[in-house]
Amino acid sequence: MIPAFDSLEFGIVLGMFVVVAGIGFLATQWRRGGSLASVEEWGLGGRRFGTAVSWFLIGGDLYTAYTFVAVPALLFGVGASGFFAVPYTIAVFPLVMFAAARMWSVCHEHGYATAADFVRGRHGSAVLALLVALTGIVATMPYIALQLTGIRAVLETMGIGGDWPLWIAFVVLAAYTFASGLRAPAMVAFVKDILIYVMVLVAVIYIPYKLGGYDVIFHGAQSALAAKGYSTLLSGSQYLGYTTLALGSALALFLYPHAVTGVLASSSRDVVKKNMSLLPAYSLMLGFIALLGYMALAAHVKPVGGTAAKPDTTTVVPVLFNNEFPHWFAGIAFGAIVIGALVPAAIMAIAAANTFARDIYRPYIRPNASDREEGLVSQIVSVILKLGAVGVIVGLKVTFALEFQLIGGVIVIQILPSVVLGLYTRWFHRWALAIGWVVGMGLSVYMLYVTTSPTASHFGSASFAFSTWGLHTKMTIWTGIIGVAANLVVATALTPLLARLPRGSDETSSGDYVEAEAPPMPFGPGRAVGET
Amino acid sequence: MSSEPRPGHRNRAVLLLLLVPLVATLVPEFYNFSSPSIGGMPFFYWWQLLWIAGVAVCVGIVYLVTRRAR
Repeated sequence: MIPAFDSLEFGIVLGMFVVVAGIGFLATQWRRGGSLASVEEWGLGGRRFGTAVSWFLIGGDLYTAYTFVAVPALLFGVGASGFFAVPYTIAVFPLVMFAAARMWSVCHEHGYATAADFVRGRHGSAVLALLVALTGIVATMPYIALQLTGIRAVLETMGIGGDWPLWIAFVVLAAYTFASGLRAPAMVAFVKDILIYVMVLVAVIYIPYKLGGYDVIFHGAQSALAAKGYSTLLSGSQYLGYTTLALGSALALFLYPHAVTGVLASSSRDVVKKNMSLLPAYSLMLGFIALLGYMALAAHVKPVGGTAAKPDTTTVVPVLFNNEFPHWFAGIAFGAIVIGALVPAAIMAIAAANTFARDIYRPYIRPNASDREEGLVSQIVSVILKLGAVGVIVGLKVTFALEFQLIGGVIVIQILPSVVLGLYTRWFHRWALAIGWVVGMGLSVYMLYVTTSPTASHFGSASFAFSTWGLHTKMTIWTGIIGVAANLVVATALTPLLARLPRGSDETSSGDYVEAEAPPMPFGPGRAVGET
Repeated sequence: MSSEPRPGHRNRAVLLLLLVPLVATLVPEFYNFSSPSIGGMPFFYWWQLLWIAGVAVCVGIVYLVTRRAR
């Protein structure tokens, strides 16, 4: 069912998009510290963002449009277990607070721009750095593609079918990001988040008011879910899956390149730590957005798009807005979702491109590349990544990408031992970490491969059912937890066994990890490239 | 492993505050109930939403204490 084209909503969304594109190009001039042609300036905004800008940047980076449409879609589809997003975005802050601060300090001290830069310097291993770089890039690419599903859900709701608006949106996005780098999404994030906060505030007051209160919403949701065999409460067999999905997602979040970029772009260690207690404001917004899924159930929303057998449930929030709000406000809310997709897509592409330029191009393709050349490579790769993302979404269709997004966290958590434990200890042998990565990744990918879903025979879900191994239980566990546990066991067991192999040199010292402010290094890390 | 000069050895106890929101929200046995509900919202939901404020306070206190200790 394709709804009728709504010109008022489309006009508002288009107008907001034009304003945002203008801001994106203007951002070139914002707090310039000389030429933009380097990873430091283009890709990290010169590491100059204070508390407020970092709050908007990291918040806009981590709480994506995909979150805004997918989390309520999950509650709409399966009930209580979809609410894992709330404990996930609670647990992340106490878990990463000190690690993120140490990461900022050591990277600032040595001019590292990516997690792989740090791993190369800390463990003295080009192989380990390459594994970390590849992991980050592979985990990020489907994430960029998925931002498009938020835009597509809005377009479908407004009655726009074709793929051309996606291409136009991402070509414009690629153009202004190429010009302005990280400054563009940082500036756009202000607009985006103010719009999103307004949208959510109105939605969680106005829609329950129209539907008859939260009592009616939860009762309506419960009866709609019960008909499908789900509930607004967890069943006993869902506890382990709920806990491990929340905990694992929290551990994985700050390992993504775009999260590292957001942290490293901060102007001081203090800014990073302070933001760990300010960012939960976004989690509150996410929690209420999640409940929109129940409001959609109570309001008997029918998703548009997709097929009759498998409707595109990512459209439930846009359709709910379309049905309940006056159309001018629905237009503003849709604009907020579209812009909310562009900000993280830009940061993700920048972060993955920085990783390619710093950790693959320079060490392996052009060891003598100048900072200017490295910056240019990063700019070009960011464009390729964005257009590639549109190609993937248009070519492979949504469901395929959704499954890959689910496994993104499972993949990225495999660098936890090298990166996070590396921030605290040099005990692990670099080859033990590399072999641990291979085992953990191999086991995870195998477990994902044998996981089925009603619509897929492989890579069906990131929740692994123990019944796959013949156990008589309905319990599931987040696959990444098993994978990273295997990774850690192997790395720990092999470290003493590999003691005879030479350890890599560590160019960091213990004081680097607690440095509050240090004179910024104008050029890249002073490392000998390709050492092992 | 942490041989670096750690600011505020005396304030280590405050780090336990970071555990509180983790235990409160990662153990569904504590909150997987429908009552007591508030304004029609089951306990499961408002308890977890409330801990968003809880985590901000806990992390905020740890931030202030570890900053002063420097």
